[in-house]
Amino acid sequence: MKLVAILLDGLNYSAWLFLVAVGLTLIYGVMRILNIAHGAFYAIGAYVCASALGLYYSAGLPEAGAFLMMGLSALVAGFVVGLLIERVVLRKLYGQDEVIMVLVTYALFLILSDAVKLTWGVESYYVFQPYAYFGYIEFGNLPYQVYDLLVVGLAIVAGIGLWYWLNRTRTGILMTAVVADREVAAAMGVNVTRIFALTFAIGTVLAAVAGAATAPKIAVTPGIGVEVIILAFAVVVIGGLGSIPGAVVGAIFAGYARAICVHVAPQFELFAIYAVMAVVLAIRPHGLFARAEGRKI
Amino acid sequence: MSAPLFRTIGLEKTFGGVVAAKDISIDVMSGERIAIIGSNGAGKTTFVNMVTGYLTPSAGQILFDGHDITGLDPRQTAQAGIRRSFQIAQVFAEMTVLENMLIALIAGQDGRPSARAAITPERIDIARSALDRFGLSVIADTPAGTLPQGTRKQLDIAMAAVGDPRLVLLDEPTSGVSADEKMAMMDTAIAPLDASGATILFIEHDMDVVRRYADRVIAFYEGTVLADGNVAVVLEDEKVRKYVIGDSHA
Amino acid sequence: MMPTLDFRRDHLFVAVLALLVIVGFFLPSWMRFLIQTAMASGLVALGVMLQMRAGLVSFGQGLFFCIGGYAVGLLAAKAGITDVALLLPAAALAALVIGLVLGLLLSRYREIFYAMLTLAVSMILYGLLVKAASLGSTDGFNIPAVSYFGFVPDQAARPDWSYALTGVVVLAGCLGALAYLRSGAGAMLDAVRENEIRLSYLGTSPRVLVFVVYAVAAVLSGLGGGLWAISSGHVDPEMTYWTTSGQFVFVALLAGRGSVVAPVMAYFLLELLRTYALDIAPNAWQLILGSAMLAVIVLLPRGLWSLVARART
Repeated sequence: MKLVAILLDGLNYSAWLFLVAVGLTLIYGVMRILNIAHGAFYAIGAYVCASALGLYYSAGLPEAGAFLMMGLSALVAGFVVGLLIERVVLRKLYGQDEVIMVLVTYALFLILSDAVKLTWGVESYYVFQPYAYFGYIEFGNLPYQVYDLLVVGLAIVAGIGLWYWLNRTRTGILMTAVVADREVAAAMGVNVTRIFALTFAIGTVLAAVAGAATAPKIAVTPGIGVEVIILAFAVVVIGGLGSIPGAVVGAIFAGYARAICVHVAPQFELFAIYAVMAVVLAIRPHGLFARAEGRKI
Repeated sequence: MSAPLFRTIGLEKTFGGVVAAKDISIDVMSGERIAIIGSNGAGKTTFVNMVTGYLTPSAGQILFDGHDITGLDPRQTAQAGIRRSFQIAQVFAEMTVLENMLIALIAGQDGRPSARAAITPERIDIARSALDRFGLSVIADTPAGTLPQGTRKQLDIAMAAVGDPRLVLLDEPTSGVSADEKMAMMDTAIAPLDASGATILFIEHDMDVVRRYADRVIAFYEGTVLADGNVAVVLEDEKVRKYVIGDSHA
Repeated sequence: MMPTLDFRRDHLFVAVLALLVIVGFFLPSWMRFLIQTAMASGLVALGVMLQMRAGLVSFGQGLFFCIGGYAVGLLAAKAGITDVALLLPAAALAALVIGLVLGLLLSRYREIFYAMLTLAVSMILYGLLVKAASLGSTDGFNIPAVSYFGFVPDQAARPDWSYALTGVVVLAGCLGALAYLRSGAGAMLDAVRENEIRLSYLGTSPRVLVFVVYAVAAVLSGLGGGLWAISSGHVDPEMTYWTTSGQFVFVALLAGRGSVVAPVMAYFLLELLRTYALDIAPNAWQLILGSAMLAVIVLLPRGLWSLVARART
């Protein structure tokens, strides 16, 4: 029974971690920016979703349409905020050292966190209706929320969609060309600036979608982005910064590490994820799925 | 005849099946001044990188002063008495020229970190007189990053000479230097090195420079030694003329 | 051009700091307490700054801040050892031992991986502490009043004593950091940042230098944490949370790498600003902080010059 619980919890948690982390790894992979503000985008997604759902329900519209509302709000919020930040701040700083860019996004994280507080106040928002809507099914006598299953589905769709887009569409392939060599891509006429803006916006949308999908399960309250970003870091660092398959593996590692701990040794729950990260880094300094880059003299 | 200062025996380097250097066996006597010639990709820099510990040879042996130094890292080869300069000058751009020399002194003498104050009046004197010998005194307080490429290379060589190493390898000391400055560049670099008694190996493409400053030439071709010996003999060698000099004038 | 290796004027700066510490003694008690905690935290920011000289950003310096704090807290609250003569050396020693062990691993890493791995180990400790019910989990625990070399000040005099202790130890820490920067290991930090490969070809090991700076920073941060714990009478896991570490980075960045007293002074400035900002706009403090940070990065590139122009030879 415990095993089934671990398997299901691990699955849920892995899917959630993947959703939270995949945008981060996409942005790093293409733009070489380790984006701490990702946590703030997640929070914004959750808040916008909560507000949108609040309006929707108070208008007395059919309950099933709420899911459309969730998706739409996350998409719009992520896209608008992402494009805005990229245009106003990041674009002026491209080409800086990677470590500097971490500090820039840290500053953005601080600013956006307070912007959220100023916009939505410090009270909590609760929008549990979508979570309760589908009820639960039972595995043995373990209740399993159907909503969680949908999140797993969403993670799979997001992963496959991203893979398809990067490998099978023109824009996606151009994007991989930018990853391989920025100068050559620019010389070949690829509009690197546009690709960057698009990448950042998509990464932001992914963070907002993760936030929106999580909103019905939690109290949406200041500070929800703070822990998320650190978990997302752990996931992408385990898998290898910038690698989408790496994010899948990282999410599964971290998700199951946590699930096992929750059921076997709950005092090590949080510790487990960071410990996995530290061990992976100690053995493979650049993560499981990334290649080390040598320096030429 | 005395034992060679430096010798390589059957040195070889492969990168995933690609042979970059093969069967390099060289004896260098103390005090020699040797030019290494060869077209790009002939294995010259691979050879220097192996000797100084940046690359580990796939096979073969490197002996220095009778000791086996194969597989040592750059720090250890430097401590053993082998120093190098670089094709693209490697200096500390934000520091002044004098500070660059001081770092070279400190790094060479405090191979391990020490708690003593590092910058002493004695060390400043030593650094200044070294700059003097290399004709760099006037720019002692100029940040290295603002220097023109040629001067930067002179500083690079001066840093390699700190601590009177027994063997100095100069990787293309005159590349990036205008044609009429090449001889002056070599004059200012070679004289103080000679005075300190260092044995010199330098990679060079300009045969006029080779004729003037080398007393022996080693020609590389496709990762191996094509010819080795007296300058006049090697430069007149038919294969060297065909495969090395012909290409290098491009 | 600012000479990077010249610290001759730093003794003067430390003297100025000493003067400020003495002046602070006569300030109103809320202000004096602010100076006291700022000095303790400033010691941690100094540790971050030393690493920045080598081009390394530690995003997990809170680890040693927390280790120092908990070492003091555990000894005082759980083991009944309450004299600063034992508490502070214990804080420094605990940080040093952990720093030496982790340093073996961390000295292999550079750039973003150094930042990430320092972050990871600090969050490991956080993960452990929040689940440690016997240590108060997220609430942490309180620390009893301490004695000073056998002397137990009465209630009213305690703030005077802890302020004096903090002042003396922080000044000693600054002098220690100064001596370190003037030594070979410290003087070569800039060279590590600028051109590591060149440095090894000159006969020294950049990895050993990074190992040493990590350990030195650990000791300073452990002391800072110990002082902070004694000053506030409380420790909690927040000390090793990533936002705490982020604040140390922020201060080090703001202060620049020029002088050993700069991080301490910058921390005081920050705390002072925070006090007023929280009064005026309680929900906009991080916004101000973030904007200031962006401004420093964009408008004062000189302060960041070294990091920006690194390794472009």
